[in-house]
Amino acid sequence: MSIASELDPATARLSVDVDAGDGWIAELAAGETLRIVDLHGNQAVDTLFFDAHDYANRYSAVDTLREQGSAYLTLGSRLLALDGRPLVTIVADTCGRHDTLGGACSQESNVVRYGEHTRHMHACRNTFLMQAMSWGRGLEKRDLSANVNFFMNVPLTPDGGLEFADGISAPGKYVELRADSDTLVLISNCPQLNNPCNGYDPTPVRLIVWPAR
Amino acid sequence: MGAIIDSILPPAASWSRVCLRGTALTLTDLEGGANVAALLYRAADPLERYCMPDTLKAQHVSRLTEGVALYSDMGRVLASVTDDGVGWHDTITGHALDEHIASRWGAVSYQEARNGWRRSARHALLVELAKFGLGARDLVANVNFFSKVAVGEAGELSFEPGNSAAGASVTLRFELDTLLILSSVPHPLDPIEEWSPRPVRLVLSAVADAAADDRVRMACPENERGFAASETALR
Repeated sequence: MSIASELDPATARLSVDVDAGDGWIAELAAGETLRIVDLHGNQAVDTLFFDAHDYANRYSAVDTLREQGSAYLTLGSRLLALDGRPLVTIVADTCGRHDTLGGACSQESNVVRYGEHTRHMHACRNTFLMQAMSWGRGLEKRDLSANVNFFMNVPLTPDGGLEFADGISAPGKYVELRADSDTLVLISNCPQLNNPCNGYDPTPVRLIVWPAR
Repeated sequence: MGAIIDSILPPAASWSRVCLRGTALTLTDLEGGANVAALLYRAADPLERYCMPDTLKAQHVSRLTEGVALYSDMGRVLASVTDDGVGWHDTITGHALDEHIASRWGAVSYQEARNGWRRSARHALLVELAKFGLGARDLVANVNFFSKVAVGEAGELSFEPGNSAAGASVTLRFELDTLLILSSVPHPLDPIEEWSPRPVRLVLSAVADAAADDRVRMACPENERGFAASETALR
């Protein structure tokens, strides 16, 4: 399901472009809205969320899917923390479907998936770690778990399969998240060169934040 | 060879142990309809743990069954499913929280029912984790042995009652020394109206290491690389 937003970028408090292979970490106050724009289409934006007052209470993909009764994230999805309460809710979405089972690429998972020659390629979990270190406050590898992949299409099949399908996103598509409580957002704009999901060409995304209304 | 352990995990209880490479654990659903939530950590360094996304995407599966390897987040195989009489084990829908027990079946305290009290899987898993110095930050997506949550065309999730029959077994062979944590609390999506957790038999036995032509190793090129990474870590 898709719905556009009425928010005007002219009233935003922040607008920043994140290059492919870079990351971003920042807090959203309760009520604030974050828009992630897929500027060039079919980019994967690997994202983690944490309760800003207790990082141990972080986004839980499996609790989120079970409680919403669906394997994909879309308009209306409430992204739950381990304690069962929502951190953010998808309030606008012109893409329609986002993955939260495919995880983030790492050097180690790249070797498994694609072979030894990919061991030293840049990967999302390195970006997560670099951003976590820059943020400090105790955030580290132990806090990384199954993330959201905005704009990524990973369909499950009724017979128990999982596919990495062509992206369903396109240039300018976006997803908007409203913070239900104070939330720390950690993003890796995926550098993956081995996956057809992004057409083997990672591209920048735009992040826009509006104050609470 | 005799079993190293042959015990019953009672209904709605929990269990933990470092299971060594060279052993395999067979879980048997004694009455049918059991659920066993499981978490796995590399014993030598629990910062390395079972990783649902890496497991699924390496093998292009959305559930576990015979022939599937359980990957860590560091590209190594912690364990593999070498036998399975069930066919589908969930790993994408988590485990029961206190709120599920209260709203689905009613909370019952230790004071009311002594050891028949109704602990949630979250409670049980956190207690077992704490025995090893681990906690909520180490709580990742778990496996639910014996449970099937089917996925429809539009992604709709539905629990399938009757996925596991009385006497059905699944065997997990450990490729690295692994801290295994189990909870036999019912799956939160199980529509059964009466609180009816089920017992599971646990048999831990010595087994041979995965051979060069092992079925799980040879299931896909990804698994060959994952097994090789585990074996390299031993040297």
